[in-house]
Amino acid sequence: MRVGLFVPCYVDAFHPEVGQATLELLERFGCEVEYPFDQTCCGQPMTNTGCHKESKATEELFVRNFKDYDYIVAPSGSCVNHIRNNFDAVAQTDDVKHVREHTYELVEFLHAVLKVDGFPWAEFPHKVALHNNCNALRGLNIASMTELREKKFSKPRDLLGMVKGLELVDITRPDECCGFGGTFSVFEEATSARMGQDKARDQAKSGAEYVTSSDSSCMMHQEGCAKRLGLPTKYIHISQILNGERV
Amino acid sequence: MSIDNQAAPTTPAGRTNDGAPANLTHGAGASVTMPARGPEPQPRGAIIRGNRPIDQQEAARRFMAAPEHLAMHDQRLWDLRQKRDGQKEIIEEWEDLRQLASDIKTHTLTHLDTYLEQFEKNAIANGVKVHWAKDAAEHNSIVAEILRSKNAKSLIKSKSMLTEECGFREAMAEAGVQVVETDLGERIQQLDNENPSHVVVPAVHKLRTDVAEVFAKTLGSDPNNSDVSYLTEQQREHTRPLILKADAGMTGCNFAVAETGSVVVCTNEGNADLSANTTGLHIVSMGIEKIIPNLNSLAVFVRMLSRSALGSPITQYTSHFRGPRRGAEMHIVIVDNGRTDRLGLEKFWTSLKCIRCGACMNTCPVFRRSGGLSYGATYAGPIGLIIDPTFNRHKYSTLPFSSTMNGSCTNVCPVKINIHEQIADWRQVLAENHEIPAFKKSMMKAAGALLASPKLYRASLPMADSALRHLPRFVLYNKLNTWTRGREMPHVPKETFHQWYKRTRGMDGKKK
Repeated sequence: MRVGLFVPCYVDAFHPEVGQATLELLERFGCEVEYPFDQTCCGQPMTNTGCHKESKATEELFVRNFKDYDYIVAPSGSCVNHIRNNFDAVAQTDDVKHVREHTYELVEFLHAVLKVDGFPWAEFPHKVALHNNCNALRGLNIASMTELREKKFSKPRDLLGMVKGLELVDITRPDECCGFGGTFSVFEEATSARMGQDKARDQAKSGAEYVTSSDSSCMMHQEGCAKRLGLPTKYIHISQILNGERV
Repeated sequence: MSIDNQAAPTTPAGRTNDGAPANLTHGAGASVTMPARGPEPQPRGAIIRGNRPIDQQEAARRFMAAPEHLAMHDQRLWDLRQKRDGQKEIIEEWEDLRQLASDIKTHTLTHLDTYLEQFEKNAIANGVKVHWAKDAAEHNSIVAEILRSKNAKSLIKSKSMLTEECGFREAMAEAGVQVVETDLGERIQQLDNENPSHVVVPAVHKLRTDVAEVFAKTLGSDPNNSDVSYLTEQQREHTRPLILKADAGMTGCNFAVAETGSVVVCTNEGNADLSANTTGLHIVSMGIEKIIPNLNSLAVFVRMLSRSALGSPITQYTSHFRGPRRGAEMHIVIVDNGRTDRLGLEKFWTSLKCIRCGACMNTCPVFRRSGGLSYGATYAGPIGLIIDPTFNRHKYSTLPFSSTMNGSCTNVCPVKINIHEQIADWRQVLAENHEIPAFKKSMMKAAGALLASPKLYRASLPMADSALRHLPRFVLYNKLNTWTRGREMPHVPKETFHQWYKRTRGMDGKKK
């Protein structure tokens, strides 16, 4: 199985360890992983701001980079949601359709495609709070949603449950958006920061030593808020825990 | 409409800072503990500057700078959301009901002409006089004319978002008619010369102490007594005589049933019945989208409305008004006011399904932290973001950006309006019609060009040894430099993933 690794821009720049963990994890499960060198971004920042035309060339580049892979995997639900559900600045050619249908967020790829049943190398003896990115939750459906009357499930919880020593703790408003919101975090800075601070306080109150998520973007924002408030909570991407990182 | 005047910030007058209020009894609706230094002034809504785009963020910032108001507002609305979640768990067929409600609305909105004519015919047969108004001005003048013909100088009314849309109270003031709101929250807002901040709980942004101040100024009550029972009693003593002496009554309409020609109004205070039945004249103000086919479909909506809005199984009163009482008159004014235009908008017409439950506001993390008046429009919160631009695309062009598009609103909507997707669609419409700020547009153009070119993109990234204090422009726009106002910068690692991969794996990924 040939897998194209997509490392979103902020992961590339700020959290290279997340890209590394994702790469190694996929290789542990026998995937033949390649990292196309000319990749940049999925186009979401422009589309998110209403500027679809401005994201067209970026989306086209993305397709050129990834059209030849069986699957495309990214450690970010937000970017994958954009590709799968909002990638419409480009003409919908067969290549585009292939890319849209075969791009997976890491957790759902492990859960639904590789159907993994364990991470024998992983051990994380800590209290951990889970944060689901809103796009991963409501766009990709990686877990059941508190607003809907549906059967409870959570793909990230299933995976974390296979990690030795890891104890999941609950926060009071699990589905509440943390306020990152892409360009919202910059253009509507005050509301964004306030939401992030409220989220960070909720996480700290839960007794969690670590917060984990399949999205670095939310956590970059949350971590910045937690630090500003002087909270001790640490943030770690789910790929690192599943890849057996010791802290 | 009076938005322009009403939402303007006013300096809270008559504040006393001479210690805690005398009575701190916590009754129903009591919220936060009072501080010793005196009440926190109420943050006011968005500053309205003619037709200029609303600065929601500016008003939100002031709201968030008032910690007691913020904490109360967030907690109160989150409680409603949780109660709503509780109700949804009790009803096994909840999601089917949402789909059914949505389907009924789709059907009705695509057969509006048929059902409206059926409704009119049946209402007339019931003895009701039916009027058609194409816009707010026509609505107001029709009502003014009905009142003039009856020589009515005072009007009691129940809460109606449509009359807010129409600037009704201001129009009546010009026509020399005294209007008294009979919904408690709406009455508070009327006395404070402020718009409702929420479609269901119009004064939810106010603390008890704010209400005490409003009543002290307008009703002459004790400014230091914010006990809810005391305040309610004061208001009742003052307003009840006005209600009993009124010449005419008005209600809104939650549902208009085509097969019976009747209108249904849901309240918790029974004030619609008071408004409808106290005088010999009942005027109903109704938007064309309120129509539903029959009583069977009404049952679906009645099960959803209050559960979604307040997390209670049903409103205390579900009043059916079929025709005039003996010796009385009943009029229904059916209003368009932009609705048929909205019906023609391919991506946005389903916003007409809205039953005004406010569930999207209660769940919206942005709304809970900024207050309904920060939107500077009749409709606030998620549903407001997709309706307001249909009234004025320029003035409300900023509102669809006051959202993280997290999608919770869509999930709680009882008629399944894809609110967050429509917010995204509005952003596109606004960007393509030059209704977003030029700096934003040029930033996006630059970002788009950069991200489409691997070479330029790589060159723009901060190098490990130099630009540590600068984030890449494509993620966090340096020019604005807003990130660090409320957050710390992320740590910038020594090398990017790209560099690490090249160093450890080589260009072809083979090196190990």
